[in-house]
Amino acid sequence: MDYLNIENISIVTGFLLLLLGIYAILTQKNLIKIVIGFTLFDTGIHIVMVSIGYIRNRTAPILDKAVDVKDAANQIVDPVPQALVLTAIVIGLGVTALMLTYVLKLYKERKSLDIKDYSDLKW
Amino acid sequence: MTNIYIIIAGLLGILILLMAIIAIYQKKIVVAIIAAGVVSLSASIMYLLLAAPDVAMTEAAIGSGLSTVIFFYVLNKIRKNNA
Amino acid sequence: MLKKGFILIILIAFSAIFLNLILSFNGSTELSKLGSYYVNNGPTEVGAANIVTSIVVSYRGFDTLGEVVILFLTAAIIGFFLKLSKEEKDENARKQNLRETSEILQTASKILVPVIFLFGAYIFINGHLTPGGGFQGGAIIASGVTLMFLANPNMEFNHRLVSFIESISGLSFVLIGILGIVFAGGFLDNRILELGTFGKLLSAGSIPIIYVFIGLKVGAELSSIVGTLNETQKEK
Repeated sequence: MDYLNIENISIVTGFLLLLLGIYAILTQKNLIKIVIGFTLFDTGIHIVMVSIGYIRNRTAPILDKAVDVKDAANQIVDPVPQALVLTAIVIGLGVTALMLTYVLKLYKERKSLDIKDYSDLKW
Repeated sequence: MTNIYIIIAGLLGILILLMAIIAIYQKKIVVAIIAAGVVSLSASIMYLLLAAPDVAMTEAAIGSGLSTVIFFYVLNKIRKNNA
Repeated sequence: MLKKGFILIILIAFSAIFLNLILSFNGSTELSKLGSYYVNNGPTEVGAANIVTSIVVSYRGFDTLGEVVILFLTAAIIGFFLKLSKEEKDENARKQNLRETSEILQTASKILVPVIFLFGAYIFINGHLTPGGGFQGGAIIASGVTLMFLANPNMEFNHRLVSFIESISGLSFVLIGILGIVFAGGFLDNRILELGTFGKLLSAGSIPIIYVFIGLKVGAELSSIVGTLNETQKEK
């Protein structure tokens, strides 16, 4: 069973979480459950991106006593996906807070959290 | 198979998927929000196993701290207007 | 019935794409070319011990500028949508109609909140030596402010002071970037101060100063989002 290692487990988990997030956005009726679906979708894609840069038996990309400076290119994992995911997590929080503000404003207008009542734009 | 980290990673993966299914199918909204917080926390531990300490710190502080608190503020405002 | 079939077709199509991606994934055995360039030339050009910091602040500094702008827009839009009018604010200040919390929570929060602020400041000052940086420190400071709100719901939140701190930090960040154009290679180049010895606190040029301003700005923005949401709890 040589395919049972850390990066395979985490990439399968990430893709399954992505599928569950898409399913929650498409089929749930409550507005807050749809926002929870967006949060699960974000977390899944971040797990996939970090687990692409992992190299086996290597350590974190920080040059201190555990890693010497001259030989560093053979002892650390890839630092570029981690820098991209750092930005993406903070922006995901901003998008979630903005969606919840819109849910509050919509609730004040019609007093209902069901998405079937907001069918003004359907033709 | 004799490495302890692979067993921990497998258990974390099963926990993440179980909590995601609870967050979608549960009728009470409070339980669903807390299950989404546990998904973020388990993903933060998985980032540590993947040798990424910066990303683990950011996900723990933002995903399972501030995001859950913002959900609960909005839910409280909706319930106070309703009852 | 037709809608359920449609959703099933979309999910099957997505899972076919993902299955193809999973089956063609082999783990890599050595660094990519971009990663090895950053690792080999990072400590001599930028001088920071944390390579992720040197990528986020110096090599890809424009992405950080874009993220700071997006966070500012988010805080401004939330403050605009949930603003109370002036007579509602005076009436809430007179009423104080939220329930007091228990004694254990109030006493424990008085002990814990200064320690949380100190820990957040430590994380964004040492961003170039250990894991951490501006965004993590700002999120921890916002968690400390949330603890203050949870222990004392009737607290008055001074919006003008917090938005003053946020504006000054944002302006200083852009000013340091423009100083990089004038004195050194390009925008947000950190060689305007000298690089110093590798691994000490005052090394890596102007990276500690940039991270202090980013940490204060992110902390002030997230605190103002939580403060606005707390003020909407008081109205009828």
